[in-house]
Amino acid sequence: MHLVKSTFVALVAGFFASATFAAGGGGYVEDFDFSFEGPLGTYDQTQLQRGLKVYTEVCSSCHGLKYVPLRTLGDEGGLGYSEEQVRAYAEYYEVYDAELDDYRAAVPSDHFPAVVDAGAPDLSLMAKARAGFHGPYGTGLSQLVNGMGGAEYIASLLTGYTGEEKEEYGSVFYENTAYPGKWIAMAPPLYGEDVDFDDGHANDLYSEAEDVAAFLMWAAEPKMMARKHTGFVGVLFLVVLSILLYLTNKRLWAPIKKGRIST
Amino acid sequence: MAGIPHDHYEPKTKGEKWLSSRLPIVGLLYDTIMIPTPKNLNWMWIWGIVLTFCLALQIITGIVLVMHYTPHVDMAFASVEHIMRNVNGGHMIRYLHQNGASLFFIAVYAHIFRGLYYGSYKAPREITWIIGMLIYLLMMGTAFMGYVLPWGQMSFWGATVITGLFGAIPFIGEPIQTLLLGGPAVDNATLNRFFSLHYLFPFLIAGLVIVHIWAFHTTGNNNPTGVEVRRTSKAEAEKDTVSFWPYFVIKDLFALAVLLAVFFAIVGFMPNYLGHPDNYIEANPLSTPAHIVPEWYFLPFYAILRAFTAEVWVVQFASFITGGIIDAKFFGVLAMFGAIIVLALAPWLDTSNVRSGRYRPMLKWWFGILIFDFFALMWLGAMPAEEPYATLSLIASAYWFGYFLIILPLLGIIEKPNAQPTTIEEDFNNKYSKDGGNSDGFYSKPDATPAE
Repeated sequence: MHLVKSTFVALVAGFFASATFAAGGGGYVEDFDFSFEGPLGTYDQTQLQRGLKVYTEVCSSCHGLKYVPLRTLGDEGGLGYSEEQVRAYAEYYEVYDAELDDYRAAVPSDHFPAVVDAGAPDLSLMAKARAGFHGPYGTGLSQLVNGMGGAEYIASLLTGYTGEEKEEYGSVFYENTAYPGKWIAMAPPLYGEDVDFDDGHANDLYSEAEDVAAFLMWAAEPKMMARKHTGFVGVLFLVVLSILLYLTNKRLWAPIKKGRIST
Repeated sequence: MAGIPHDHYEPKTKGEKWLSSRLPIVGLLYDTIMIPTPKNLNWMWIWGIVLTFCLALQIITGIVLVMHYTPHVDMAFASVEHIMRNVNGGHMIRYLHQNGASLFFIAVYAHIFRGLYYGSYKAPREITWIIGMLIYLLMMGTAFMGYVLPWGQMSFWGATVITGLFGAIPFIGEPIQTLLLGGPAVDNATLNRFFSLHYLFPFLIAGLVIVHIWAFHTTGNNNPTGVEVRRTSKAEAEKDTVSFWPYFVIKDLFALAVLLAVFFAIVGFMPNYLGHPDNYIEANPLSTPAHIVPEWYFLPFYAILRAFTAEVWVVQFASFITGGIIDAKFFGVLAMFGAIIVLALAPWLDTSNVRSGRYRPMLKWWFGILIFDFFALMWLGAMPAEEPYATLSLIASAYWFGYFLIILPLLGIIEKPNAQPTTIEEDFNNKYSKDGGNSDGFYSKPDATPAE
C-alpha cells in the first residue's frame, strides 16, 4: 500500500511539476496585486473602466483588440457599461463595412478594430499569450503559487523602461527590465499623467500600467468571473458528493471487511 | 463471464424471456456489471473508471465544440475565440475539453504503471495489455492532432516538428510526411485531415475500450496479490470476490468524485496552467517560437527523442553499421517509438513467475527507479537541449530501455520472491483483521489460528 500511495503522490506531484513550459523568461516581473487573483478574486469594475480609458487614449493608436466584441463592454462582471454608454463608446471607432464598401462608425455588434499600420501585435489575448512567472528549474511551482502572470508581465513591461535606448540597423530599441532580451522595439507608451480619470483616481505611471493590465486581462478572459463561479460551485458540489460517496462506500463494505458476509 | 463461476441472469417474466431469446442484451449487461471482482483491489484499481469517464467527457464536450469550430487556417483561431466569448458556456466546454486531455493522460499513466507493478500484463492478460497499448497510442495521436486544431503558434510548430519525425524515416519518410501533411508543409490540408482524424480516433478508442473490457472480463481482474481467484467451485470463488455492482461501482465513483473536485478546481481557477501561453498567439509560419515544447504528457518520449544526438556512440555505431541510413534524427525517432514498443512487450520480457511486484523484493526498487525515471524524463523533455540536460536525458533514456530489456528479463532469474498468500481471501482477511496489519509479504494462514 505504501508504494501505491507514493506512486500516486508522485503522479500528482509530477503532474504539477511538469507544467513547466513557458519558455523565454529572463525579464524581471513584479508580482502586482490584482483584484482578480485567486479562486474568489473578481474584476474591479472601475479599474477596468480606467484601463479602457488608457487603452483608448494611448494603446489603441498602435494596437488593436480584434477578437473583442464592443458589446461585451456591457457585460456584467466586466466593465458593466449601460447599452447607451456602449453605443456611444462604439461610435468612437470607424470600421470597414463590406456591404457599404466604405467605413462607418462602429456599433456594439462590431469588434474593436484591428490596427495593423504600426506593425504592433493585437492585444486581445496578450494577457494569456505571455507568462510572467516561470520555473524554478522548469517545475512550474512559481505559476502554481503566483498564477500565470500575464497581467503582471504587461504591467511590469509598461513600468520597466530604464530610459536607455540604442539604435541598430536603423531601428531604435529601448531597454526594459521586464522584456526577455532587455531591448524592446516599442517606445515607452506611458510616462504617467497620460490620462485624466473622471473619478480623480491616481494617474501616475504605476497606476496606469496596473489599470490597463487589468483591462487587458479582462479582454483576454472576459468570462473569468463566470468560470470561477462554475469552478467554485463544481468543487463544492463534488466535495459534498465525495463525502456522501465515502460514507456510502464505508457502510457498504463494512460487513465484508468484518467478514460477516463471506460471499 | 467465462472463468470465475457465478450466478447468471435468468429471464423471469414473459417479456424478459421474449427479449432474451431474441437478443440477450440484458444478460450481457447483467454479467458485465455483476462480474465477480477480487475483493482485495486497492485504490490503484480506480483508473479504469476514470479513463472511461474521460473518454465520455472528451467525446461529449468535443461534439459540442465541433458545432462552433471552423477548420480553416484563416478562421480556426478566431472560431476558438468565438467559442470562448460568444457561445453560451463555451468557455467552460472548451476548458473542460482542454484540461480533460490532461486528466485523461494522468489516469492512463497511473493505469499503465499500476499494470506494470502488479504484473497485470502477464499471462493470461497479454491481449488486454496489448489492446491497452493500442488505446494509448491512439490517445496520443488524438491528443496531438487535437492540439493542432486551435491553430496557435504551438499548434503549428508542434505539428511541423512531429510530422517532421516521419520525414526522418529513410527512403519512405518523405512520402509519408507529405501524406500526413497533405502537402509540402503544415497548411490548411493538414488542419483538415487532423480535424477529421481527431473526430474519428475517439470512436476507435471507444471500440477498443469495449474489447479491452471484454478481454479482462474473460480472464478476470488481476489484483494486488497477483494470486488468481479460485475457480474450482462457486462457493470458493465467492470467498475471493464480490460483485462489481455495487461494491466497486460505489468505490470507483467515490474516487472519481474526489479527482473531479481537483479537476474542477483546475478548470475553474487555473485552466491555462497546463497549457502553453504561445498557443494564444495565432499560428504564423514566418515566426518560430523560441522553444517548441509539446504538451506535458508527451515530454518523457520527447526527451528520449532528443537524447540520441550524433555525439552518442550508440548512434555513431548504428550509423556506421547501416552505412549512414540510420542517422541521429532517425535513431531518435526509433528510440521514441521503441520506448513504447518495449513497454508493449513487457509480457514477454518479464521472466518472473511471480505476478505482483508486492512479492518481488528486487523489482520494487527497480520499479521505484523507473517511476522516478519517468518523471525525470518528463522534466528533461521541457528543458532546453543543452548540458547538463542532454547527458541526463541520455542516462534517463538508457534506464528506460534497460528496465525493460535487461532488468525485467534478468530479475526473473536472480530474484528470490517472498511468500505469496495462497488465496485472495487470505490477503483480504489479513488486511482487515485486527492483528493482521497491512504488511506486505508477511502472511500467516488464516485457518491455522494459533491456540493462544
